[in-house]
Amino acid sequence: MRMRGWAFVVGLLVLPLAAAENKPIVIGEISSYSTVPAFTVPYRNGWQLAVEQINAAGGLLGGRKLEVISRDDGGKPDDATRHAQELISSQKADLLAGTFLSNVGLAVSDIALRNKVLFVAAEPLTDALVWDKGNRYTFRLRPSTYMQAAMLAEEAAKLPAKTWATVAPNYEYGQSAVANFKELLKARRPDVEFVAEQWPALGKLDAGATIQALAAAKPEAIFNVTFGADLTKFVREGNLRGLFEGRAVVSMLTGEPEYLDPLKDETPKGWIVTGYPWDQIKGASHQRFVQAYEKRYGEPPRLGSVVGYTTFVAIADAIRKAGSTDTEKLIGTLRGLKVDTVFGPVTFRALDQQSTLGAFVGRLDLKDGRGVMVEWRYADGKDYMPPDAVVRKRRPPEAMR
Amino acid sequence: MNLLLIQALSGLSHAATLFLVASGLSIIFGVTRIVNFAHGSLYMLGAYLAYSLSQFLMVKLGAPLGFWTGIALAAATVGLIGAAMELLLLRRIYQAAELFQLLATFGVVLVVQDAVLAIWGREDLLSPRAPGFKGAVEIVGQRFPQYHLLLIVLGPVVLAALWWLFHRTRWGTLVRAATEDREMTGALGVNQRWLFTSVVVLGSVLAGLGGALQIPNEAVNLQMDIGIVVEAFAVVVIGGMGSIPGAFLAALLVGEISAFGVLLFPKLTLVLTFLVMAVVLVIRPYGLLGKPFATGTSPARGPGIHLHGTTPRLRLAGVALLAALALLPAFAGEYAQLLVTEIVILALFAASLHFILSIGGLVSFGHAAWFGAGAYTSALLATRLGVPMSGGLLAAPLAAGALALLVGWFCTRLTGVYLAMLTLAFAQILWSVAFQSSWTGGDNGILGVWPSVWLGSAVRYYYLTLLLCAASVLILRRAAFAPFGYALRAARDSPLRAEATGIDTRRRQWLAFGLAGAFAGLAGALYAFHKGSVFPNVLSIP
Repeated sequence: MRMRGWAFVVGLLVLPLAAAENKPIVIGEISSYSTVPAFTVPYRNGWQLAVEQINAAGGLLGGRKLEVISRDDGGKPDDATRHAQELISSQKADLLAGTFLSNVGLAVSDIALRNKVLFVAAEPLTDALVWDKGNRYTFRLRPSTYMQAAMLAEEAAKLPAKTWATVAPNYEYGQSAVANFKELLKARRPDVEFVAEQWPALGKLDAGATIQALAAAKPEAIFNVTFGADLTKFVREGNLRGLFEGRAVVSMLTGEPEYLDPLKDETPKGWIVTGYPWDQIKGASHQRFVQAYEKRYGEPPRLGSVVGYTTFVAIADAIRKAGSTDTEKLIGTLRGLKVDTVFGPVTFRALDQQSTLGAFVGRLDLKDGRGVMVEWRYADGKDYMPPDAVVRKRRPPEAMR
Repeated sequence: MNLLLIQALSGLSHAATLFLVASGLSIIFGVTRIVNFAHGSLYMLGAYLAYSLSQFLMVKLGAPLGFWTGIALAAATVGLIGAAMELLLLRRIYQAAELFQLLATFGVVLVVQDAVLAIWGREDLLSPRAPGFKGAVEIVGQRFPQYHLLLIVLGPVVLAALWWLFHRTRWGTLVRAATEDREMTGALGVNQRWLFTSVVVLGSVLAGLGGALQIPNEAVNLQMDIGIVVEAFAVVVIGGMGSIPGAFLAALLVGEISAFGVLLFPKLTLVLTFLVMAVVLVIRPYGLLGKPFATGTSPARGPGIHLHGTTPRLRLAGVALLAALALLPAFAGEYAQLLVTEIVILALFAASLHFILSIGGLVSFGHAAWFGAGAYTSALLATRLGVPMSGGLLAAPLAAGALALLVGWFCTRLTGVYLAMLTLAFAQILWSVAFQSSWTGGDNGILGVWPSVWLGSAVRYYYLTLLLCAASVLILRRAAFAPFGYALRAARDSPLRAEATGIDTRRRQWLAFGLAGAFAGLAGALYAFHKGSVFPNVLSIP
């Protein structure tokens, strides 16, 4: 009798411990699902695949499953901050992840700072996220505007062109892409001159007028930052008016399937772009990823898929290595953490908490009525960072602690 | 010289598209007096339908015939959709207040957006070049696409067709009569219902045609509706509501100024249309060729909503509500407090909008501008100059109020939808300044706008917000019952009689603008400190 009583008491004591061991790890995820479905649906497929694989392998920290609570910010930073608050306060998220738009990313990183919660930003491109407005709680995966501009400037410097024109959407992304490109190109080629700049409003490109204005300045090469619907208009009108004949074009993000596929047979040949030639990458890890993705979703992955997948793989690695979900331990682990990704090894730099994930740089070509990337190579992010001293100056001192 | 000619031609083709969409909108407004927000959605539907139909028919009927039949069919289908919209929705809301009509059409916009996403998917769809117009011609040594020349020709052709329709057919005469004096036309025995339906169908066909003709130019995408509707509205307002020649003239003006703006002011492309609209409305309050609404034909406007004085029951209800809100933190978690804080701030914003809208009778689309101005003022003061929160909360309503007074001076010279559009124009200009300038933080906004340390916790900030917002709402209510408020309501209900009794209606309305703006600015500042960051979309019209 007494033995049974003791066993019962001991069992009662052990029960909460057992329950605690199986308490899921809650990750709060926010992205712009309704406003940019072309990106965020593949992105969500990517992270859901990663979470499924991690949970199928037994979860983390002794059997705890990953539970991701996902919210749609509708492209509005205000909604994103509200969701972030809710995820932290009500859902008791252990950390935050995701976001797509740069302004949303910044807003959520501010909430993360205020609430002292880890935030692993996936897609936002703005340099400010880890530099000018960086904080110690925010890490970012995707190569920033600066890094991509650096990759393209390296290629641009090899061209004989001396006079350049730029066309970029008139908001922070476009402005900083052009500023970075100009600075980096002129550093390599001081003889280069920028003869024309066009700043169409985002989503409202007046293709004909803009192209004529560019052509009138007679540049030898063009740097293009437009994307999405603007890019398609620019390419079609440009092809019709012969803007690209005899001119080199260097274009940011255009090689990504999300932007390249809609161009179909209008794809301009010979453009130098950053992108993701998913069907040509030979690495074993990437092939496994493509197979798993196609099996699960019945369609090929996009760059968003890789970003979503890699973000959660990195988070899982960090939690495993830190041995806990405590924010301070995770920050300490993530700083300098090396993660094996489908693009190869990637490090989250301790200096500015930016990952060294790179991009593929190559040329565009037209095959079977669709655009493809040719003559491409993988540009490792670690080679395209500014000098450490510059980073230290730009990053706020509190973020360096 | 050659460049100028080519730019002018580019502007003309852009103008042609604008004219198609704007003329449809103008026709619908002229007769039904409904501001059809869903017009952009009809344009988008025309484009998507044309994409699918032309792909399908080009396989069946061969390239040229298939393509153009596809376009025509798409326009016709959109006409049918417009008819359905009129029969099922618009017909039931003709008697409703202007704003409800707008909201109803906005509902259609949301439905169409979801439907298009569900049917056609999320990717941009690029259709092949138009058969027969695939290349470019050499004009003064530059290559100009043939398709654009077609569009340029089409513009005046459509104008001529519409003129013939309205001036040489019986139906057109009836439409013109209904535009001038709807009630009299009804009194003369014209079947208004079918007249309205047919007008909406014509407008929809024009919008659908505009969208369909765009498919060789750009990839059809989900942002097309919002992209065109604001510009189309601007064109209609510049030209004068209900005037087709006005819409043509305005489309030409906007198209050419945009084309040359790209050459001369590349960074101003976002605001150019609104600047033009603001300038035109200030000089000619009814648009270039518009006419003032004849009295009696303005939208159903009798005495406005009667405001009841404060009954004991109302007072009790108010006290009870305040008490409940004050006790909320005792039994609600942190997130609930944060949520209710936001609700209370938005309630103040809504109260200030209600003041100008219901009590002042002025439809202001740009109210978000004062909200954003207050938010940005306090955020900039806090981050750039280190001004503490109390200073920011004081400065914000003053700044927003001053801005509202400045803009209000121009806006109160206009009435009805022109007033609404001018406020919209100013708000958009303000938004684009915030969006594109680096001193406002641009698209990246301003971060780190946090309340003073002694108000650090959510609870304390909640009480501060509750205090300030409750006091502000009470002040607004008091103003509505002050002589100022009564005079304002008199000006709203019967401007002529109010003027006759010696009330300076314009001055009252101008001051009301400033007052509402100031309180919206206070709400904005509270919002900034609540969220911790300010972004340009706080200034935008959702």
